[in-house]
Amino acid sequence: MVEPWTENLPTTFWIVLMGFLITAACGLIGNYLILRRMALVGDAISHSVLPGLAIAFLLSHSLNTLPMFIGALGAGIVTTVMIELIHKKTRVKQDSAIGITFSTLFAIGVILISLGQTDAVHLDAECVLYGEIAFVPLDLVKTELGPNALSVVKNIPVLNSEMFLNGNLLTIAPPPVIRMAVVTGITLLLIVVFYKELLVTSFDSGLSSSLGINSTVVHYALMGMLSVIIVSAFEAVGAILVIAMLILPGTTASLLAHRLPTMFGITVVHALLSAVGGIHLATWLNCSPAGAIVVAGSALFALAWMFSPSQGLLQRWLGRELDELDEEDIERLAKGV
Amino acid sequence: MNQQRKTLAKRGLGAVHALGLLAVFSLLAVEPESAWAAKIGDVAEETSLGQQALRFFSFRDPSVRYAVIGSVLLGISCGLLGCFIVVRKMALVGDTLSHAVLPGVAVGFLFSGVSASGLFDWSFDVANITKNPALIFCGAVVAGVAGTFLVNTLKQTTKIKEDSALGLTLASFFAVGICLLTMIQDLPTGNKSGIDKFMFGQAAAIDEDDIRLMLAVTLLIVAVVFVFYKELLVTSFDAGFARSIALPSEWIHHGLMLLVAFAVVIALQAVGVVLVSAMLITPAATAYLLTDRMHRMLLLAVGFGVGSGVLGAFISFLKPNIPTGPCMVLGASALFAVAFFGGPRHGVLTRWWRHVSRSKRVQRENTLKALFQVLERRDAEPEDSVSLKELAERRRETPDEVSGQASALKQHGFVTLHEEGKKILFTPSGWQLACTIVRNHRLWELYLTNAANIAADHVHDDAEKIEHLLGDDVVRELERMLDDTTRDPHGRAIPGFADIHKPFTPAAARPSGYGRNL
Repeated sequence: MVEPWTENLPTTFWIVLMGFLITAACGLIGNYLILRRMALVGDAISHSVLPGLAIAFLLSHSLNTLPMFIGALGAGIVTTVMIELIHKKTRVKQDSAIGITFSTLFAIGVILISLGQTDAVHLDAECVLYGEIAFVPLDLVKTELGPNALSVVKNIPVLNSEMFLNGNLLTIAPPPVIRMAVVTGITLLLIVVFYKELLVTSFDSGLSSSLGINSTVVHYALMGMLSVIIVSAFEAVGAILVIAMLILPGTTASLLAHRLPTMFGITVVHALLSAVGGIHLATWLNCSPAGAIVVAGSALFALAWMFSPSQGLLQRWLGRELDELDEEDIERLAKGV
Repeated sequence: MNQQRKTLAKRGLGAVHALGLLAVFSLLAVEPESAWAAKIGDVAEETSLGQQALRFFSFRDPSVRYAVIGSVLLGISCGLLGCFIVVRKMALVGDTLSHAVLPGVAVGFLFSGVSASGLFDWSFDVANITKNPALIFCGAVVAGVAGTFLVNTLKQTTKIKEDSALGLTLASFFAVGICLLTMIQDLPTGNKSGIDKFMFGQAAAIDEDDIRLMLAVTLLIVAVVFVFYKELLVTSFDAGFARSIALPSEWIHHGLMLLVAFAVVIALQAVGVVLVSAMLITPAATAYLLTDRMHRMLLLAVGFGVGSGVLGAFISFLKPNIPTGPCMVLGASALFAVAFFGGPRHGVLTRWWRHVSRSKRVQRENTLKALFQVLERRDAEPEDSVSLKELAERRRETPDEVSGQASALKQHGFVTLHEEGKKILFTPSGWQLACTIVRNHRLWELYLTNAANIAADHVHDDAEKIEHLLGDDVVRELERMLDDTTRDPHGRAIPGFADIHKPFTPAAARPSGYGRNL
């Protein structure tokens, strides 16, 4: 069971760290998506950033961060506008509008990628599906240390190991991990700073307008942040698995807790556990690490569903006595169903 | 009773036609193979587009034939069921279902390596793995049904909302499928070539076995929709009525989901897991924009599904490295875009054009009315001229604006312009229209004051709007109700039949400036 950690420590470490950072960032913002009943908007955006990425890539001929972000933000805006247009201007309902929009954009993206495929670049159809988190550690950023810095680093036990220190070269991190860490950090920071605004607009639109909070601005800011997170996660986990990372941690947390801060805590723990569990599963089954992380996350969700103290299946089976009516039953009785 | 029998007979006839068409396709499918290329990719060597199109649509190559028949069959089944999905607002359920079948596909693929020599004596041999359509079909249907079941259970047992439950099921099942697929790709077997086509679809990968399965499933779907058309219709549009006539709505829903799972699975090979939901939703939504009748919507959706399917197969025939699924989906989306902008009733551009032409017509009619009123105030004959200045004063607009309106009237043949556009003369048709509008206006004012008891100074604004809309029948009815009164509430004459069809001396026949009233 400890094979990944003994055999191939640096690779495993970076993959787990990347998986954790992605799942944590997605899970944190996913909590708000779930609260606002926008889980499927996340689904739509994660599919439809693809043409934006493909166009940005075909124009700039690189996988640099800036053009990718611009492309994806553009695609995100196009998605929102298209859904609104179809929904408002015709009698097609919102669910069909979402379905048509993201499948069209996704199809455009796949065709652009197939047309523009070259050997040199790793933006291909498979990357779209399940990402290439396994290739993350291939390209490490290293820095040369001066003698003073070297002695300082040598005194830090974690860094003074074969994994980080090779002669006087200190390994920092692979670029995608650095980028993802920055994005996760910004997400966390924004959530802490604008905690009140996000909370109020998610739960009580009346109160938010009486407090003078512009809920449209909050909504679009949230969508913008969502696009940024999806783009930075895209290369590692692909367009579809990212939906799981958006929804799984939040729903698991909502089964176990009722207060938002506790839910955030559970989200982060869930992210860590599914990243570690996923890498073991991937090694064991010899399959895609990104897929395995999601499978591990789903297993954690299943556990929570089984054993949740308030809504768990076990609780339902054991405690179906009349004096233990939960809220749902009371609601149902009140409605007379 | 007779009527009912007739509609039943008609429906039966329709069914016979559809089945006959399918039978022709099935004959095509099993026709002995000729010695043309075995794969679509090998065919596309000819140079010009025309030659390739000729080759494609002559169906000489069995692989092309399979691809086309497959696209037609999936167009039929997805189009039919998609209509019910769209009108029941279950588009995202369809999406979830289509992602959730992936692990079933992988398990079905793996299961072909299992050989059973006794009840408990099973062996698994990697070398035996093949693409067995029947096994993949079973696995995928089981996975799809399990996915819908999971969504329902989550909604019932927890506080998780529907959207989260759908997204969660979609992504978890898909992840399991991805893990299994990546495992299969690392297996030491040479027969894994078929499985990677399930992601984005490749119509060229359809073979004879697939076609047989697709045909059987499509026949089943067509038959079920024909037989249970009434039940599906009622449960989709009026749940209360369905309950009151004791239809088992729950079971119909589950049956429909099972059929959708069937349709999704047979479409997988050509469209791929990721985009198959679009083939359900987009053709049906396109048809929904164009008609209000369910049976017409079903036919249109089938047509659009077949059309975009064949188009997608053709494009990927031209460029074999492009997966078929996205091409089909883009074809369907293009059709949707056409209906969205140019649909005869709900199209955005059509409605915009209708709005523009209506407001232009209203303006023309208002100008004609002003001309009439100028003449009326002068107590002049219809053959007399109105100067641009008079018209501008009457309309309270600048001469430039009014001269634009006058030339618009001239274009439509309602007036003629004289003396460099300074003098305006009615033509007979212009005079008739002007009289009609004024009559509509005054009749309506009279109706509102007499019949609806509204004060005479409150009726003008309403009449301004309605005068452009009243039709002949309503006008007759108003005249009858008002006893053919000739004066409106403000005491002005209502132009009658005699005024409208007054003998008209053409203006050009008389020298201008020498009128009787001068």
